[in-house]
Amino acid sequence: MPTDWQPIIDDFKAVVPRVEFWSLRLVQDETETLQVRDDVLQPPSLVQSRGVHISFIDRGGMAYAATSALNRGGLRTACEHALDWLAFSRRHALFAADSIPRPGHSGSYATAVQIPWEAWSLEDKLGRLQDINRELKIDDAIVDRQAVLSRRRSQVTLVTSDGVNIDQQFHYIIPGYAAVANRGAQTQLRSGGGWGSARQGGLEQLAAFDFPDSARQVAEQAIALVDAPECPNTRADLLLMPSQMMLQIHESIGHPLELDRILGDERNYAGTSFVSLDMFGSYRYGSELLSVTFDPGIAQEMASYAFDDEGTPAERSYLIRDGILERPLGGAVSQARAEMAGVANARACDWNRPVIDRMANLNLEPGTRSLDELIGSIEYGVLMETNRSWSIDDSRNKFQFGCELGRLIENGERKGLLRNPNYRGISATFWRNLAAVGDAGSFEVWGTPYCGKGEPNQMVQVGHASPACVFHDVEIFGGD
Amino acid sequence: MESYFRELSEKLCAGVAAGEVLLLNYQGEDSDFVRLNANKVRQAGHVRQQTLHLDLIDNGRETSASLPLSGQLDDDLARAQRLLGRLREQLPLLLEDPHLNYASEVHNSSYHGDNNLPAAGDALEQLITTARGLDLVGVWAGGDMSHGFANSLGQFNWHSACSFNLDWSIYREGDKAVKQNYAGFTWDSELLAQKIADARDTLELLGQKPRTLENGQYRVFLTPAALYELMGMVSWGGFGLKSHRTAQTPLLSMVREGATLHQNVTISEHHADGLTPRFTRAGFIKPDSVELIKAGAYRDCLANRRSAREYNAVVNCGIEQPQSLQIDGGELHQNDVFNALDTGLYISNLWYCNFSDRNHCRITGMTRFACLWVEKGKAVAPVKVMRFDESIYHILGDRLEGLTLEREHILDTGSYEWRSDASARLPGALVSEFTFTL
Repeated sequence: MPTDWQPIIDDFKAVVPRVEFWSLRLVQDETETLQVRDDVLQPPSLVQSRGVHISFIDRGGMAYAATSALNRGGLRTACEHALDWLAFSRRHALFAADSIPRPGHSGSYATAVQIPWEAWSLEDKLGRLQDINRELKIDDAIVDRQAVLSRRRSQVTLVTSDGVNIDQQFHYIIPGYAAVANRGAQTQLRSGGGWGSARQGGLEQLAAFDFPDSARQVAEQAIALVDAPECPNTRADLLLMPSQMMLQIHESIGHPLELDRILGDERNYAGTSFVSLDMFGSYRYGSELLSVTFDPGIAQEMASYAFDDEGTPAERSYLIRDGILERPLGGAVSQARAEMAGVANARACDWNRPVIDRMANLNLEPGTRSLDELIGSIEYGVLMETNRSWSIDDSRNKFQFGCELGRLIENGERKGLLRNPNYRGISATFWRNLAAVGDAGSFEVWGTPYCGKGEPNQMVQVGHASPACVFHDVEIFGGD
Repeated sequence: MESYFRELSEKLCAGVAAGEVLLLNYQGEDSDFVRLNANKVRQAGHVRQQTLHLDLIDNGRETSASLPLSGQLDDDLARAQRLLGRLREQLPLLLEDPHLNYASEVHNSSYHGDNNLPAAGDALEQLITTARGLDLVGVWAGGDMSHGFANSLGQFNWHSACSFNLDWSIYREGDKAVKQNYAGFTWDSELLAQKIADARDTLELLGQKPRTLENGQYRVFLTPAALYELMGMVSWGGFGLKSHRTAQTPLLSMVREGATLHQNVTISEHHADGLTPRFTRAGFIKPDSVELIKAGAYRDCLANRRSAREYNAVVNCGIEQPQSLQIDGGELHQNDVFNALDTGLYISNLWYCNFSDRNHCRITGMTRFACLWVEKGKAVAPVKVMRFDESIYHILGDRLEGLTLEREHILDTGSYEWRSDASARLPGALVSEFTFTL
């Protein structure tokens, strides 16, 4: 890394057939993972991926082929496959592909890395994971514990028949740890250190996840949750911390605003949306406190980039401003189909999948209330943090989410822990009950590497940043 | 590709030093993927991908890596050898692995499925023609998938098969749709035509004014497809030895408190009936079947190579999550389902399940597609989507009234990174009370 793609590009140009437009997306990816579980080092893994994605547009048709055979013969075979499907798609095209705007700007992007992965030796990294394992073992009630540290780096280069050349290099840190506590038939898992999330950047990003400083607290809370009372069944105020806000934003704002869903592409798998095209510009999505941006410019957030995978330059845009729905999450193709402005969010998980509309970074803008003020404003409610269960209907409306940790709030003060906290609601009304938004003091950058969508299926990284938020009149409940 | 992998593996294993063991896994795919929306082509393409996974073992330590293959032997061999060199440098820096486990006995095998696939374009032409006038959305995924294993002890295994999975929905309006699937190894035009004709009939019913159900408990019939969604959740840690011993299984009450399912429920991981290779990535050969639940009581766990060493068990799977799940059929005939349901909800599909209380295997999720309200044995109207929240101890336990005699062979439609070769053979289930919450 980085790779010199030029020999492959030259080979491709030598075999590419005459079509109105072609693009070649070249991707190289490498993920290294270290994991220690119950003091035992799991076999380290290094996963390398490299291939190209070829797209053709010609006389109203559009098709692709992807291959890991990066020699001239392999590229020629891939072109032949793409040509076959090009002819088929022309006969049955959903839309006229030649109406799609083509990328027109070249450029580059690279993740800012302060402390490179190699700055710590292998022994050093493994030693830290073993230290975390020891920190997690505070009691015999801890029955399973693990710590993981992973680095992913990828290079994505896009060249087109129009002479566009875009090169982007990404670097991610994927850390975390978890402790499982058990007594009898009651088991609780508590995680920390960035578990389930990730950041762009180098090892300096670990500190933002409290890695490894929160390890002991994670174990203590796992045990405390086993002994805690069940979350009550009630309607009350709900204070969501950023580690759960990310999921709330993701499922009930992000997915419903994906333009390809609204256009029906995902109805057989990921689903449709309760949002329709006529809602943009006027629909009240939430209270006046709700402002949500598509923001590819927060350096450490997972889906920051300069261009999407179709080559559209990425810019910050409001999707929802002061509660009013403004703009969908739709890339150039969807924008042309819907005749509506969107954002640069046409993305693919790897070289072997075509681009579709994805979330990228989707952030809830901070308000003016400190976390103490948020808590102080609640007479009776529940604080929840760290998602562990997520379920929502195919129109992205009726949801039910669960968290690792709940905490009772009474008379403006934090009280004891609650186990198995869940809540449910309806997207179309839930956001209108947004009663208070935290300020920059509680604003945290999260995200997930595991957003699934598309046919064939694709898993991509998305970023979500948010302050803590309070919602009124929410149905809250616990376990059996 | 078998001969290619054999030659590549022989050259790599020839370079193994004394005391070292090398495990090699090959995975390859040549697939067409065609997405449809409104019975037209949204995206069409082809994916060819091949990877080689290396596990290097020496002195009680193990490390691993994988790399993409180009299909050019010299190039692939050189890159694999370089990667092997990196692993060799890394091994002495690692701690001894007490759970290291790999097959030391040599069992060779080779399976080549016949290629009876139609040309993908021909199959899709037929689909589009048959579904003319319908709002059909879905995906064709088809082609060749292959797996290979070799090790420096002399073992060689190969498994390749050509299959297709055509998965689609036909929409009437809004979220009212019929979900269908046609997957397998040989194409039958008449079968496809019959499925589309069936869909047209059901679409008529979906035109009725939809019922809105109040929250509460209802009598329901879960089709095999709906049960498959629920079993996907139960399988998430429910049957693995590691999750069992660390008290993370959602079936913890069966382990710790003696809870049982209905005595008519027998669940197994039936490797012999599945589509996955019979060899694991460490060279173990899977048994024909592993009995997970027998007559409602917990029996055996799935033990992968590391758990087997840690807990002194026998390796009986590649991963501790069923890939060829089977539930025994019951006595309810498919043709009698509506009469047996009498009045209640016929649930064709469930969607987006997750745990609301893992310790009690309580699962939430949504109804989806053509779920129908049935009165006195007749389907009368579609139902607006509902959220359920119910424990598997009720669904397959004290509230289970019957399982269908006929079972459906479900081929998983998943295609994250690669096309899935998981499958299940499941009956439908009649449940006396099923809780809806939203």
